[in-house]
Amino acid sequence: MPDSDLSFKAAFRRHDVQIASIVVIMVVLFSAISPGFLSASNVVSLLENYSVMAIMASGLLVVLISGGIDISFAAIAAVSQYLVATLLVHYGGNWLVAFGLAALFGALLGVVNALLIYYLKALSVIVTISTMTFYFAVLMFVTDGKSIYDLPDWFTADLSLFGIPFPVVVAAVVLFVTVFFLSRLSIGRQIYGLGGNPEAAKRVGCNLLGLQCFVYGYSGFTAGIAGLVQAHRVEEVVPNALIGRELDVLAAVVLGGASLLGGIGTVSGTILGILLLAIVLNGLTLLGVSSYSFGFVTGLIILLSVSATAYAAKRQQKRNVRHAH
Amino acid sequence: MTQVPNNRESAAEQTAPHFIEMRGISKRFGGVRALSDVSFSIHAAEIHCLAGENGCGKSTLIKILSGVYAPDEGQIVLEGKAHSHLSPAASQRFGVQIIYQDLSLFPNLSVAENITFGHQVETPVRLADRQAMRKRAQAVMQRLNVSLPLDALVGTLPIATRQLVAICRALAGEQARLVVMDEPTASLTHQEVDALLATIHELKRQGIATVFVSHRLDEVMTIAERVTVLRDGRNLGTYWVRDIDRRRLGELITGHVFENVLKPPFPGKEDPVLEVRGLSCAGQYANVNLELRPGEILGLIGRLGAGRTELALTLFGMNPPDQGEIRVNGKPVQLRSNREAIRQKIAYVSEDRLSLGLVMPQTIADNTVITVLDQLTGSMGLIDGRRRAQTIDRWIFQELRVKTNTADRPVQQLSGGNQQRVVLAKWLATDPRVLILDSPTVGVDIGAKAGIFQVVDTLAARGLAILLISDEVEEVLYQSHRILVMSSGQIVGTYDPQRVSEQELREIIYA
Amino acid sequence: MPTEAATSTSSTPSSRPSFIDWFGRDPTVTMLGVLIVLAVIFFGAMAPSRFFSGETLRAMGFQMPELGILALAMMIPLMSGGLNLAIIATANLSALVMAAIITKMIGPASPPQDVAGVIALALAAGFVASLVVGLITGMIVAFLGVHPILVTLGTMTAVKGIAVYATNGGVIGGFPPAILFLGNGILLGVPVPMVLFVLCAIVVAVIMSHAPFGVAVRLIGSNEKATRYSGVATDWMLVGVYVASSLLCWVAAVVMMARFNSARAGYAESYLLITILAAVLGGIDPNGGFGKVLGLFLSLILLQIISTGFNLLGFSPHVTEAIWGVTMILAIAIALMRDRLMARLWLGKTSK
Repeated sequence: MPDSDLSFKAAFRRHDVQIASIVVIMVVLFSAISPGFLSASNVVSLLENYSVMAIMASGLLVVLISGGIDISFAAIAAVSQYLVATLLVHYGGNWLVAFGLAALFGALLGVVNALLIYYLKALSVIVTISTMTFYFAVLMFVTDGKSIYDLPDWFTADLSLFGIPFPVVVAAVVLFVTVFFLSRLSIGRQIYGLGGNPEAAKRVGCNLLGLQCFVYGYSGFTAGIAGLVQAHRVEEVVPNALIGRELDVLAAVVLGGASLLGGIGTVSGTILGILLLAIVLNGLTLLGVSSYSFGFVTGLIILLSVSATAYAAKRQQKRNVRHAH
Repeated sequence: MTQVPNNRESAAEQTAPHFIEMRGISKRFGGVRALSDVSFSIHAAEIHCLAGENGCGKSTLIKILSGVYAPDEGQIVLEGKAHSHLSPAASQRFGVQIIYQDLSLFPNLSVAENITFGHQVETPVRLADRQAMRKRAQAVMQRLNVSLPLDALVGTLPIATRQLVAICRALAGEQARLVVMDEPTASLTHQEVDALLATIHELKRQGIATVFVSHRLDEVMTIAERVTVLRDGRNLGTYWVRDIDRRRLGELITGHVFENVLKPPFPGKEDPVLEVRGLSCAGQYANVNLELRPGEILGLIGRLGAGRTELALTLFGMNPPDQGEIRVNGKPVQLRSNREAIRQKIAYVSEDRLSLGLVMPQTIADNTVITVLDQLTGSMGLIDGRRRAQTIDRWIFQELRVKTNTADRPVQQLSGGNQQRVVLAKWLATDPRVLILDSPTVGVDIGAKAGIFQVVDTLAARGLAILLISDEVEEVLYQSHRILVMSSGQIVGTYDPQRVSEQELREIIYA
Repeated sequence: MPTEAATSTSSTPSSRPSFIDWFGRDPTVTMLGVLIVLAVIFFGAMAPSRFFSGETLRAMGFQMPELGILALAMMIPLMSGGLNLAIIATANLSALVMAAIITKMIGPASPPQDVAGVIALALAAGFVASLVVGLITGMIVAFLGVHPILVTLGTMTAVKGIAVYATNGGVIGGFPPAILFLGNGILLGVPVPMVLFVLCAIVVAVIMSHAPFGVAVRLIGSNEKATRYSGVATDWMLVGVYVASSLLCWVAAVVMMARFNSARAGYAESYLLITILAAVLGGIDPNGGFGKVLGLFLSLILLQIISTGFNLLGFSPHVTEAIWGVTMILAIAIALMRDRLMARLWLGKTSK
């Protein structure tokens, strides 16, 4: 069948290399134009700004690899963030408790997605749009849009590790955990299998319900962690701060090579995708370009990237057809 | 000739040890009887073919054996122990491994991972040790005496290699004792079929039985030791291949469609409607010349990989050639797209009806008019309802007599034969001069095949020029006025059905 | 949907249509009709005087069309098997273009013929802006084969970016009465936006069921390759899909800017997902190939009734949104149960 003759490996490799080389070019370019670009403070600040996105992107990446999509993670982050903050403010606690609760709430909300998708046999995009709408609406209704300002001191205290900000450390841990189970644990390989050929996964005996629960649960879990880190960073919990970021995160993950059809995607690619966006936008800031242009630049990068990938894939397919038999 | 009547076994079979036996299996799906009282036994380490046309029930029988379905009646006896039905797990535990026609591989994972994937499924939290995985995959490959690129992504491999990966996977897990292959040779070239045969013999040497499901006579005769023929859900008997001749087997499988009546020779007085000179396309076919006259049925046959479909797609404008000339009614044409081909009154019935021939979930009506939408528009660019209804009425109900009480049902609800009639209807609505039929009777049950050929004859009588591409020698011999044999992209000969015998033709093709 | 039967001896239709036939014919419309009636009864019982007033009806008539026209803009790509995430961004950009021209070129003291001319110019410019976005989107989807979600994600971000950049995120407002009439006026007792919406709905409905374009789009939605093999210029059809979608965004833009008397880059963003919800609730298959404007229309009415009803009862708009999320899930669940029921009934009918 012609479709399966697509040169996955070649396209994928080239994509990673392409993004990496663009990142390198951008770094060279911007550091030449603006000397402050490669300064430690700028780099650290850059990483810190995008930590939350990196954490959410990890969860979304896993969902995309499994062949689905999750639009609800920002809402899950918002809900979890608010719940945890409220509990911490009322009952006190520590970081262990905070992370534990955030992970728990996030994972539970995520598993709801999995159950709905599995039992209703529905498209993940529709289900997660619905749960997103529901979670966010309930959050706004219950909180009346009010932010939480009086977070405990231990929560907002600076926790840098050797000068590396706490959000960056958390992001690094999450990315590492993601890479670990995706490439080294069976469940990760099964997720790739599920995304590559869901029918085969079923026939081989994969526990589809279990995999879905894990995948969407993980997306929720990372969303919970991301919400927590965001609250720590900005020292307040604003219910609607994270909403609207879904598509930015999706853009970064897709830029990094993940396929909407499933089965393809890596953490390294995602990191590169985020880096690319972060570097370009940061570079523009340093050049004095108005931040109002960021949306346009991001959109343009997405369009160019996906077009280039598609064009390359088409050329490869034509080459394959010519050499068949 | 040892013919075995229904449900009773020959003396030879009774003495052989019973490995797997299916007794009196019946299965219905809604109002459709898929299997009626089918009994069928498999001996240890044998090579057994389950033969029959599409829709004969062989897939259902296999799925009952693998535990996907439960039979309504009957038993499955595994080494003497009877079961009313099996579960997939139980079937696998006994050693039954199914390789589906689509191979069920993961295109985005490596060969090694695909082969050892069953291992992953058993323990989700286990560390996936790459080295151990490769070793395990190596071991399986060595057992089969094959060498596959362990790190290549399966999606990048050609189909014959992927098949070997699938077979390796079947052997990787629990002790496999029976490997079932569903239409394994469907996309393989002749050499690749030979290689597959060697692999199957290797399986036999290791005590593993192989059941392969097929309807291709030649492969059945070459590969199998015993063959069981199913037709319309019934078992017509199990035979030793060495004891049965090809003609008898063919008659059993197809139900004796052809009356051995050759077409009268074609007068061929008019000018050709289609001429092809020196047509070449790198890697597909080279230096093809042919002529087609109105009313003529030209058969085109060859092994897989001969380039017939590629040639057909070029004639239909979907595969631009590198060199050569195509003339329609004497005028040279450049067919840059299928829309241009259709404008030149060329129509193409694809061999892949399910994904290319029809839009399955949509209605019969919409599928019929899709080719002629422009001609049905009236004022304001909207479709004239009356003309649309007339078109459907004429082609679906009157000319092709599709068996349905309404054209507003999804076309996927029709039987294979009726679906093919819809395909013909939609193309005939374009008033073609040339009709290219690519394997038109695939997936059509016996009764309907004859009907399709009657339609083809009627069309030819009306002056349509027909290029009939087929895999079946019989079809081409009794259905065409002239036969072209294609091999490895070249036309190797033109034959007159009056002058060449079935046997000779087979030898030419499969030499 | 019922799957294949090996024989085509289908059941002869009974002479009097049974409930199953009628229900099966268009279950979405039936279900929505029932739900609308239930909703009306529910809210009518809760607050009869306020719910059944002309004022409420008129309010609904003004609110629904914005979402409605955008939902139509989402429906066409959905039918083709895709999605257009950029509809809101396109509408906002179009509105800003029109708003900029109007506010720059005429003022309260301008003579009427100038006003008319500038309005015409503005409308044309908004039309062109939408057209360009639609063309770019369609061409990337059709000729490069990029997944529509990705392309429209890119165009959405880029278009919104252009809008934000050009306006520094600000608002452009203050339009002449002629424009405001389009958003707030009443024509023969019907709110003008509603008139525009109904017109658009009729046009889309007619095209989708009776024009070659509509038939082609539906078939492409179910199987693009097979449709292409049948000689349909699927690439240009897909371009047409996104152009049509974007042009509907232009109409929505006109209504929105008229109603808000202003235009801004970030307006109505929450509508995006509601349009998808309305479409799926209205029976449009997110996989492509199936759906009717009537279903969409009814689902919009239902959503509007729920929204207005809850508003009248003093509920926060957030509650309404939460209800919409639950409604979507329920709709999917009902559709699943209906399919299972239909399959069993159909098989039962044809068993010998």
